[in-house]
Amino acid sequence: MWWRSPSFILDRQQQQQQNDSVPPNPESLFLSSSPPSMADSLQNPKSNISAYYQTRAAHHAVVTSDWLAQAQAAVGRLPDDDDSSGSERKAAPTGGGGGGVRGGKVFSVINEFNNWRKQPDLAEAVAAIRALAAVIRASEATTMMELEIELKKASDSLKSWDTTSISLTAGCDLFMRYVTRTSALEYEDFNSARSRLIERAEKFGEISCKARRIIAMLSQDFIFDGCTILVHGFSRVVLEVLKTAAQNKKLFRVFCTEGRPDRTGLRLSNELAKLDVPVKLLIDSAVAYSMDEVDMVIVGADGVVESGGIINMMGTYQIALVAHRMNKPVYVTAESYKFARLYPLDQKDMAPALRPIDFGVPIPSKVEVETSARDYTPPQYLTLLFTDLGVLTPSVVSDELIQLYL
Amino acid sequence: MDARRVTSAVPRVRQVGFFTPNAPPQQPGPTRSQSGPPISNSPPLSGSPASNSLSPVMIPPPRHLSDNLGRRTAAVPVPGRENAGYHGTVGSYNPSESVLGLESPPPSRIGDGEFSEGTESSLGWCRRSNSAKFASSFPGGGFDLSPAKQPESVAGVEAKNQLPEKSELQKEQASSSKPLKAKTTKAERRALQESQRAAKAASKAEANKSGTPGGAASSKPVKQPPQKKDGPPVAASIAASERIGVDHPAEKERKKDVPPPRMQFDDESRVGKAKKRSVLNQPETRNRVELFRHLPPHKDGTQLPHLESKFFELHDKHPAVYKVGLQYLTGDLSGGNARCIAMLQAFQQAIRDYSTPPQKTLIRDLTSKIGGFVSFLIECRPLSMSMGNAIRFLKNRVTKLPLTLSESEAKAALCSDIDRFINEKIVLADQVIVRHAATKIRDGDVLMTYGSSCVVEMILLYAHELGKQFRVVVVDSRPMLEGQKLLRRLVAKGLSCTYTQINAISYIMHEVTRVFLGASSILSNGTVYSRVGTASVAMVAYAFHVPVLICCEAYKFHERVQLDSICFNELGDPDAIAKVPGSVDVSYLDSLTDKQKENLELLNLKYDATPSDYISMIVTDYGMIPPTSVPVIVREYRKEYLLI
Repeated sequence: MWWRSPSFILDRQQQQQQNDSVPPNPESLFLSSSPPSMADSLQNPKSNISAYYQTRAAHHAVVTSDWLAQAQAAVGRLPDDDDSSGSERKAAPTGGGGGGVRGGKVFSVINEFNNWRKQPDLAEAVAAIRALAAVIRASEATTMMELEIELKKASDSLKSWDTTSISLTAGCDLFMRYVTRTSALEYEDFNSARSRLIERAEKFGEISCKARRIIAMLSQDFIFDGCTILVHGFSRVVLEVLKTAAQNKKLFRVFCTEGRPDRTGLRLSNELAKLDVPVKLLIDSAVAYSMDEVDMVIVGADGVVESGGIINMMGTYQIALVAHRMNKPVYVTAESYKFARLYPLDQKDMAPALRPIDFGVPIPSKVEVETSARDYTPPQYLTLLFTDLGVLTPSVVSDELIQLYL
Repeated sequence: MDARRVTSAVPRVRQVGFFTPNAPPQQPGPTRSQSGPPISNSPPLSGSPASNSLSPVMIPPPRHLSDNLGRRTAAVPVPGRENAGYHGTVGSYNPSESVLGLESPPPSRIGDGEFSEGTESSLGWCRRSNSAKFASSFPGGGFDLSPAKQPESVAGVEAKNQLPEKSELQKEQASSSKPLKAKTTKAERRALQESQRAAKAASKAEANKSGTPGGAASSKPVKQPPQKKDGPPVAASIAASERIGVDHPAEKERKKDVPPPRMQFDDESRVGKAKKRSVLNQPETRNRVELFRHLPPHKDGTQLPHLESKFFELHDKHPAVYKVGLQYLTGDLSGGNARCIAMLQAFQQAIRDYSTPPQKTLIRDLTSKIGGFVSFLIECRPLSMSMGNAIRFLKNRVTKLPLTLSESEAKAALCSDIDRFINEKIVLADQVIVRHAATKIRDGDVLMTYGSSCVVEMILLYAHELGKQFRVVVVDSRPMLEGQKLLRRLVAKGLSCTYTQINAISYIMHEVTRVFLGASSILSNGTVYSRVGTASVAMVAYAFHVPVLICCEAYKFHERVQLDSICFNELGDPDAIAKVPGSVDVSYLDSLTDKQKENLELLNLKYDATPSDYISMIVTDYGMIPPTSVPVIVREYRKEYLLI
């Protein structure tokens, strides 16, 4: 297969070195530009910043100045501590979430979660469920009820630790749902129930990867030869979809928005260029300008809410609006564990996920900066959702949620 | 898409969340062939949980939330759509998982499978139970037997169905030997006995109906299935027999449920006939707007003396029902919930005082009696759709009464059913709605409401109690001026309010951040059927990009579809809009001569239909849903509240 041949990779690498716009090492580039604003962003109290987006930034190897400053401050301390100042604070009073004492050390579900979520390929929901599995493992409960209560506590503390992450909440809910519905009653003894729960949790990660594969397969019918796809942000599912399409030898080109403020578009275009997909980078504000060339918009989602709308990286809403106005289909790819029992009525009706924005220049202190990291796209602007449950219209989401949670 | 739908037809176990399509056992679109030898899917079936390859997040049906309801649904088998689903689930799932996971309607499902499957599935059954772990985990788990968890209110039927199941399985384990007796508790033995009795009764009834002599050999649904020998679940067959016994009447019932074509009041011959029957004077149909002549004319309180004089003629109407009828007529009782509760309580009273006349059966006689009450109430004022739902619930409960119950037991059961309906579907539902809706009120909001909805009032008061800072705009309209009542109560509680008439709505709307509206009914296309004027408010709000929240209990959802507010509506008193009581200076229409009045048509509609496009959210007792999900709620829960 030609795109896997070593020579191809070498070519790519050479190209990359020539290409300035795709930095081979984003950190270095970032370091050069960050100092002026570092002081500025450090003024933000840490608790205001969405942990979810920190994780994402870490996964995407795009280091925000804030994160970097913290990492520097944490040099010499335990590696665990660097981004868990929020968690330390919260975990201490909750007495380790739903923790028993394991090996003399107080077990904290949040620390566990933090460990898991550092893995780049692991979805947040999976990390949450693994953390809950660790709670089960550490628990000294002897009855199912005790375990349930302990888990409930743990998942509540996880949820309250980062209220901005939808998939974390949904993952916790989903697992709790499973636990409360299949309880020890189904098993002759508590231990087998316990091991069953743990096993389920372990498998979760695998499933989440499989969900991505399913979505990629489902979406292939919609990508036709010669089409132009506009993508926004960096979504692992969208990448998987495009990768599969490339592997199926479809001819298409991709427009990537630049993805302010964390350059997710740059990263995605980088990945796509590696696959030899023709890709063009736009600044976020050029969406309307280039929409007439676009055949479809594909975006990922942080969360799919009950109305069938999505919550996604800032800018999705305006892209959807423009696409809707120009009669271009907007497709959303999302795993079903991102379905959340939320119902925002408008943009401000959700917990804001704040994230510092680096403008590269000092900003006068009197100027306010909109730091919200995501927006809500109402269902009427979405055409279809590709999920591992199938290709759904937005209104089916609520159907699924009702069946799942009621 | 199709395959997916098939999965969702399998009623309660859903693969929402995660599922692995590669794992053969949970392939959507189950094939029966897998069921026979379960070896194929899960060879080891050993104690180790690792042996089954299922999706970690296949969510079994709920146990906690709407527990009673779900279980009850299970206990009384539902014919029709589910059957297919149950067939599927029995056979084709990875056995250990399917049985462990499926818990909500176990008896009927197994019964069904057992019954229609014949040998194949029974083979599967035995096979499965060979696995020690499985068999042992089965009785406890699948059926959620632990007495602690069992809700108090579980109906007797359910106990009948469940407990024998357990003892049966124990029997099975003991390879149908005698030690069973030592094992079973007193309660279990009793339950078994009872179930056998029930089976016998059912078989007798069935035999009588079919005319065949009640031999076990001939009457199909009743006879013990052939699996009896190899230790089959008797309870399952009982469940099956009960189910089938119930099946045909239920089919008929469904046909009955389809409402007869509504009386069209512009059809003169039928109106004439109805007039003869009616206890009230039908008002003259003069000067009515052409488009709305098919609607029943308004009857006002002036008929009260007439009706009162007929009190002794209407001896078959229970006084409580009579009273409610009078209250409807005079308009003392208004508001969907209040009317519904009053009606149900009157029926409850009537049922308490009811005694079966000689040579009649309670079920038939009571049903016709209730029918009589209902038609009397309809004469006083057309019923709302929510009341229709409540009546349907009650009639269903009556027809589903077990024949074995004595009269007093049956009456007690019905009364408690009514109480539960009022409590769960109205009172508790309101509390849940209030709590959901309050999360959508933020500090600094300006909330608009129209008319007077009791749920919206509760929401506003609750949010005020929570200490949220908000302002209320009460929009009102003539001739009811219900908003003033609401306003009075809100102001008394210390809320800051603005009062305006609907004419000013486009002016006031730009400062509003949320619109909360009540509803008389929500139809399955998402259309909201509510007090006239609601549609205008919703449309203006939509034009101003203000979210519109409809607060409505789920028992008011109706499967009807309506596109306009013409074909079904209620007429108010036409004079009410022509005259302004109390102010003499605006009585311009009074001075018209009779001849001039002939050219005048007055239209006072009571309801209108708001298309779903203008609605952002429906807050209901099942949570906050988009208007597109109304049919989902209707589909998922209608059978439940019919069968509570």
